[in-house]
Amino acid sequence: MASPLAPGTRRRRPTTATALTTTVAALALTACSAVGDSEPPAAEGATSSGTVVLVTHDSFALSEELVAAFEEDTGLTLEQRAPGDGGALVNQLVLTKDAPLGDVVYGIDNAFASRAIAEGVLEPYESPAAGEDAQRYAVDDEGHLTAVDVGDVCVNVDRTWFAEAGIAEPETLEDLTKPEYEDLLVVTNPATSSPGLAFLMATVAAFGEDGWVDYWTALRDNGVKVASGWSDAYYVDFTGPSSEGGDRPLVLSYASSPPYEVPEGVTDPAEAPTRALLDTCFRQVEYAGVLAGAENPEGARQVVDWLLSPEVQADIPEQMYVYPVDSSVELPESWATFAPQPEEPFTLDPEVITENRDAWIRTWTDTVVG
Amino acid sequence: MTTLTAPASAPLAYRRSAVRRGVLWALAAAVPLAFLTVFFAYPVAAIVGRGLVADGALDLSGFADVLSRPRTWRIVGTTLAQATVGTVLAVVLGVPGAYVLHRCTFPGRTAVRAFVVVPFVLPTVVVGVAFRSVLAPHGPLGFLDWDGTFAGVVAALVFFNYAVVVRTVGAFWATLDPRAEQAARTLGAPPWRAFVSVTLPALTPAIASAAAIVFLFCSTAFGVVLVLGGTGYGTVETEIWVQTTQFLDLRAAAVLSVLQLLVVGAALAVAGRARTSRERALELRVTQMRLALRGPERRAGDVAAVAVTGLVVVGLLALPLLTVLVRSFRTPSGWGLGNYAALGTTGGPNALSVTVWEAAATSLRVALDATVLAVVVGGLVALVVSRRPRSRPARRAVRLLDGVFMLPLGVSAVTVGFGFLVALDRPFGIDLDLRGSLVLVPIAQAVVAVPLVVRTVLPVLRAIDTRLHEAAAVLGASPGAVLRLVDWPVAARSLGLAVGLAFAVSLGEFGATSFLARPDRPTLPVVIFRLIGRPGAENLGMALAASVLLAALTAAVMLVAERLRAGSAGDLA
Repeated sequence: MASPLAPGTRRRRPTTATALTTTVAALALTACSAVGDSEPPAAEGATSSGTVVLVTHDSFALSEELVAAFEEDTGLTLEQRAPGDGGALVNQLVLTKDAPLGDVVYGIDNAFASRAIAEGVLEPYESPAAGEDAQRYAVDDEGHLTAVDVGDVCVNVDRTWFAEAGIAEPETLEDLTKPEYEDLLVVTNPATSSPGLAFLMATVAAFGEDGWVDYWTALRDNGVKVASGWSDAYYVDFTGPSSEGGDRPLVLSYASSPPYEVPEGVTDPAEAPTRALLDTCFRQVEYAGVLAGAENPEGARQVVDWLLSPEVQADIPEQMYVYPVDSSVELPESWATFAPQPEEPFTLDPEVITENRDAWIRTWTDTVVG
Repeated sequence: MTTLTAPASAPLAYRRSAVRRGVLWALAAAVPLAFLTVFFAYPVAAIVGRGLVADGALDLSGFADVLSRPRTWRIVGTTLAQATVGTVLAVVLGVPGAYVLHRCTFPGRTAVRAFVVVPFVLPTVVVGVAFRSVLAPHGPLGFLDWDGTFAGVVAALVFFNYAVVVRTVGAFWATLDPRAEQAARTLGAPPWRAFVSVTLPALTPAIASAAAIVFLFCSTAFGVVLVLGGTGYGTVETEIWVQTTQFLDLRAAAVLSVLQLLVVGAALAVAGRARTSRERALELRVTQMRLALRGPERRAGDVAAVAVTGLVVVGLLALPLLTVLVRSFRTPSGWGLGNYAALGTTGGPNALSVTVWEAAATSLRVALDATVLAVVVGGLVALVVSRRPRSRPARRAVRLLDGVFMLPLGVSAVTVGFGFLVALDRPFGIDLDLRGSLVLVPIAQAVVAVPLVVRTVLPVLRAIDTRLHEAAAVLGASPGAVLRLVDWPVAARSLGLAVGLAFAVSLGEFGATSFLARPDRPTLPVVIFRLIGRPGAENLGMALAASVLLAALTAAVMLVAERLRAGSAGDLA
């Protein structure tokens, strides 16, 4: 029977055939896609066939060889999941504590560390691999969390811009409120960006519970700009070498950012186009911990130990753009030259952060955004 | 054919086949409903329930609390304004575009059609940076002073959603019989009059469909709102995100989610009404007119439509995309192809765990799965909803089904993402933890793509005269034969397009995917997001080159879908 709608059916056959072929081809391709190769084969030489699930943030990365070596040494298969970042990660762990997302977590930072512990998300584990450096950042005495890396959020300055404008570069937080730096700074929103929250905490640490609001009022009056996220501030508003059309030579970024702006061949730190203001930094610490109710707690502990091993610690800077917690690990050359760590960054007790974080963000929003 | 060869048993056989038909239709509705329940309704209900249940009892005090905050009403107002203005503009600009790109023929049309869809899939973070580069005080459009304003957000929303209107309305318009309008012209109506009183009413169902989708996309937009709206700007969507991920205030988030559902439900009801009041069987045939902007065939309306479309395509779509394209060739050592060469690596400063090509392959595989799922589920929904049952409750059920499948577009990705995490560890008590499963990524993307498939296929199916179904049945065609001979040839034409859109949505999906991502197996948008979150010209350049790759992949997919469509269109030519 001809199609009742089709007065002319000349081209019908080939097109139906085309449609069919395409459908079949698509189905065939699908059959060998996600479902087909869902899991990588277990590492060769595996002694046991267990799986350990690492819950982490989206910027997690380590060299493939290191992961392979870990799997070979332990006989475990390392499965990674990255359901969110910063606060979102901790909140997800809190919501799923009755049915944990995995065995071990890496990437809880000091802004949310106390919440994770207080909510009973973690199982205490004192790793033998945690040296003095890691102990320095311990959140509590029971060892619910082990520090793995640190990063410093600092104001970065476009040195070329200041040289050309003939203005001295600022150095401290107080400098940023001076008239010569009017309309030159861009920061990020603490409610939507993790460096933004870190910078807010830097000002709380510097000026105290009574002084930080006044400081932000002064910053606001001096024309500070607030972007929603780091990419936005760094690549649009900043005047630095890798952005275009920006008009702010001071941007909130990391102590580790400057090496990535250095042109090839430059080895003298004095010639670097940008630098971090080391007196404006807040130290972020990232922790790992065994999840309460883990299916494979033994494997989870092995992962924590592994993250603290010298090999992984040495791999961390170039993979995740943060400093290893272990200070005896040698930093990549460009970091040693262009990304010195601040000696006395601002810090806050994780307990204090958890108690006040939400209130700070709300007060900040009222003060700066209005 | 058995009924005809055995006339004596006809009444019985008819009744039996009616029962069988009923069962088959119920099954066709049940499969997609089950899918939607497990992968959307249940997770959303679980997370909203967490916010509304305190100590085992329903606690609605959150409503009084949240609704009494002035801020709540301010953000609801902003959300409505943003979605309404965005939708109106997208429709006003998109309808001429649908005409030019789907009703007329001119050289290069296929390429422009494919190009128009590109913005739809680009990651919002890249578009945000591209838009802000254009709108920032020192950018080419800095003089507009739109950076961090309502106007900037709306411009970006139209940028994203223009394709939805052009595609949905265009697919329908292309099949509309021009003879009615021609008759009106012959009877002396001026062109504008013929358009307003003949063509526009016929297009209303498709326009309402498109407007509903765009409204939902605009009211739940997240990334662009955050980047372009500036700090003081808040919508229900961004507020849900902040309350959930920062403050873990599930109570406030749940109230806002319910509010969001109400807004979306109301919008769908309005669109549904506009649609059904106009929807009727139409004479469908494929017609294309040669676009003549000069000479005796010239029509003033065409010139205006071409002017509007040209302005949108060049000014609104091409400008930010060109910014991305041009900047993708800028490397630390000057202009060149360095960023593209880097796509085969894990990045100069080792920003990634896989190469961009590997991520692209993952994306394509996931998108293929998602597309097959979305087309099967969406096709079934469209088929069921396209029927006009005689009984009233059945009609109502069909209408409800239609609306329910649109909801995934109108619910926050955060709500769905967190819902997955709390609900799918033991879905309905079955001991099967789906949360880390790789199949969840294509499923999550399919949930978002299904409404687009439904909205593309449905207007075409609905326009089929019911009498054709009845005639075929009376002549003895089995239900399967009716589908094959009446519905399929018509639906096939829009299916190619639906496949293309579903694929595009899946390629670009980031919201729900980001909650399910596996760092060792990132998709292209996830990789782009990671690259643009790292400092240095090398990373930025690679992120932009990867975005161009994503855009090119999308355009290629749309071109293939076009071919499928054009091929099937031959059915009726």
